[in-house]
Amino acid sequence: MSTSPTTPAVHQLPEEHYLNSTYGLRSWLLTTDHKRIALLYLASVTFFFFIGGIFATMIRIHLLTPNGYLVTPETYNKLFTMHGVAMIFFFLIPSIPAVLGNFLVPLMIGAKDLAFPKINLLSWYIYLVGGCFVLYSFATGGLDTGWTFYTPLSSVYSNSAVTPAVIGIFINGFSSILTGLNFVVTIHTMRAPGMTWFRLPLFVWAQYATSIIFILGTPVIAITLLLVGLERMFHLGFFNPALGGDPILFQHLFWFYSHPAVYIMILPAMGVISEIIPTFTRKPIFGYTFIAASSIAIAVIGFFVWAHHMFLTGESTYAALAFSLLSYLVAIPSAVKVFNWTSTLYRGSISYDTPLLYSLGFIGLFLIGGLTGLFLACLGLDIHIHDTYFVVAHFHYIMVGGAVMGYVGGLHFWWPKITGKLYPEFLARMAAVILFVGFNLTFFPQFILGYLGMPRRYHNYPPEFQVLNVMSTAGASILALGYLLPMLYLTWSMRYGKVAGPNPWPATGLEWRTPSPPPTENFDVTPVVDWEAYDFKNRPDLGLTQPSGPALSPAHGDD
Amino acid sequence: MQAQLPFYPDQASNFAPSVDALMTFLILVSLFFAVAITAAIVFFFFKYRRKSENEVGYPIHGDMRLESLWIIVPAFLSLAMFGWGAVVYVDFRHAPQDTLDIYVIGKQWMWKIQQPNGRREINELHVPIGRDVKLVMASEDVIHDFYVPAFRVKMDVVPGHYNTMWFRPTKAGTYRFFCSQYCGTNHAVMGGWVTVMDPSDYAAWLSGSSGTDSPLVAGEKLFTERACVTCHIGNGSGRAPSLNGVYGGTVRLADGSTVTADDAYIRESILVPSAKIVAGYQPLMPAFQGQLTEDQILSLTAYIKSLQSQPIPATGAGVLTTGKK
Repeated sequence: MSTSPTTPAVHQLPEEHYLNSTYGLRSWLLTTDHKRIALLYLASVTFFFFIGGIFATMIRIHLLTPNGYLVTPETYNKLFTMHGVAMIFFFLIPSIPAVLGNFLVPLMIGAKDLAFPKINLLSWYIYLVGGCFVLYSFATGGLDTGWTFYTPLSSVYSNSAVTPAVIGIFINGFSSILTGLNFVVTIHTMRAPGMTWFRLPLFVWAQYATSIIFILGTPVIAITLLLVGLERMFHLGFFNPALGGDPILFQHLFWFYSHPAVYIMILPAMGVISEIIPTFTRKPIFGYTFIAASSIAIAVIGFFVWAHHMFLTGESTYAALAFSLLSYLVAIPSAVKVFNWTSTLYRGSISYDTPLLYSLGFIGLFLIGGLTGLFLACLGLDIHIHDTYFVVAHFHYIMVGGAVMGYVGGLHFWWPKITGKLYPEFLARMAAVILFVGFNLTFFPQFILGYLGMPRRYHNYPPEFQVLNVMSTAGASILALGYLLPMLYLTWSMRYGKVAGPNPWPATGLEWRTPSPPPTENFDVTPVVDWEAYDFKNRPDLGLTQPSGPALSPAHGDD
Repeated sequence: MQAQLPFYPDQASNFAPSVDALMTFLILVSLFFAVAITAAIVFFFFKYRRKSENEVGYPIHGDMRLESLWIIVPAFLSLAMFGWGAVVYVDFRHAPQDTLDIYVIGKQWMWKIQQPNGRREINELHVPIGRDVKLVMASEDVIHDFYVPAFRVKMDVVPGHYNTMWFRPTKAGTYRFFCSQYCGTNHAVMGGWVTVMDPSDYAAWLSGSSGTDSPLVAGEKLFTERACVTCHIGNGSGRAPSLNGVYGGTVRLADGSTVTADDAYIRESILVPSAKIVAGYQPLMPAFQGQLTEDQILSLTAYIKSLQSQPIPATGAGVLTTGKK
């Protein structure tokens, strides 16, 4: 089960690369190298994932019994709130863009760095400052508003540390905006000669779509949460009806960002999957333009579906009808991606390497997450399942089953490029399977709980819901193991892993045409691109034999 | 489509069968796609396993016919889901005529409920089988949500707004209701029981009331106590418009526009009278924002509603067309 199918030759690490070109704390904290900044982000988002994970563990243990003895109601409410805030704003949103995107976008387009390297470093510092405010809120009183900060609970009634938390998220928003800006400018202006828009790896398309949402959406959430802070501190009446405000206005503003934010989390993961599948089937992706265009379609339509979170707030029936219809519209580009990925497997040369296992896991889980989204967009059905565990299960399938599977799969895929080392393949495959099983056992029962009527954010529940909750907690412990394993063996492999060589899979992207780990300036010579994306046919440099079986028709065999 | 899957809760209202049928339809469509795609993946996964180390896949770039197919088919299925869901939702959002109106007030962390005859309940709701029931809901603090899984209905209870929802109970029994919009510390215990009774049992239960004033009577008293009656004189001779026939009717405002006199309008006109001035009148009325509890506003509204059937004076009427049925 070798992971290095091309040559049995023993590879050597390059003598000088971005990790060893300079030494010392200063060289990291003041670096403007996008690859080092990616690693700074990797460390910080992993930290927040850990914090959010601890909260999740406590939630699941508490829910083992109907009357939950582990923590008090106040503490329980803080746990699910802080779990959401840490995971969404400080792990999921930055994870793929700021870690993998930062590392890969310049490499994939053949650039030396991002367009604004110093701003890139500034983004990380802004993220840290925002993170510190939020940690301060967690440590001094915690936060019990739900990650959704619904008013007037958050702006008037909550006794927890809301103000530092909203300031933290406000600040953190600028980190997203600057990263998005940096990516857009970089992708527009710094592509290598021959790297046309339709030769771009689909991961870059996905980052581009995500950046649009970063730039257009994030200012809205930043200002909205600032208004919550102002109402709390100075009693200005924006959302509090007693001061003439409107609590529903908050929900419109909040979801105007926070629904597109779901696509911030899932689009980059879709980009990762679109890289992995061609590599491990050794064929061009099926329907390149459709996958690229669907990323943009999702980003654009995603801005016009926000009020589907509000069907039962008393919003007008006409608004509900419009937003339901638009929500179904956004399902179509997602479906297009799934069909194209599946078709790419047809007549491929499929290897069973870990990144592909994650990708297939992603498709399965995203499929369930996406299909159950149709249930929630359905007006008549939403009356019953809105604000129940059905919603909790649905968005975990998208965000954990989708976004996190994509992120972890991507980390494995590019780990050899990032560190120059291979991870232990057998352990990694096991972890992928454990994650998939644990995830389904954790979250599938929650769909049933939801339809039975268990509302979300309950610190205790009627006894008839216990069996399903115990199943969910059992699944969560398997899931935790599935996350711990990669953390351990990936760390281990940095020192003890086999040397990977420049292109271990092999893959077609530009990032694989430079040593692993890459030199600080990425490429010794600016590459010139004269091949299409995922073209294994015209790449003698990959050392692969051409397809066996029936002869190809000359015109790309588009049967 | 009436099949009851094991994880469907009790069906105890008119909406339960229609929501469950919708659920069954969506489950079937989803199962079809989930099984088809999973089967394709598993089949390809084994069938096209890499046979030799250096093998390359067959370069297929795409197929226009397939792309069109999997855009058009999901689009039509989506439309079907949307349409069917919309029918159920529109029905839910539009209460029929002649409902049994019950007032519900949510506050951290309890539900105060008042029957039409004034009988009050806390965290309990009694309703008769077969009668269209409308809950008129208000909140005293944060957003709550009244959710009865066995009825398949829920609606947010929003401070500063009235939300209503209706249902027709179909099966006697006791069912849980929950607060399903997170509302702070004791959100999870802010629930109770709905008791669905035969109409005769319900009537007996109602008459066993310990006898507080009905909202209408309480509202009439308030109307005098708060001196509303000194300006809003029924024959239209007062400094403020007569309220006869106003409820449900159309009112012409000073700026020339018109507005329907529903619960929300009446509530606003009590709390912030200057927001909408009736044509021909001066903005003299004091604001009652912060002066009245949600209970009192509901009572006043109930009283004003009862004036719907009073004769409308020729002059000094606050109403353009009446909402009288």
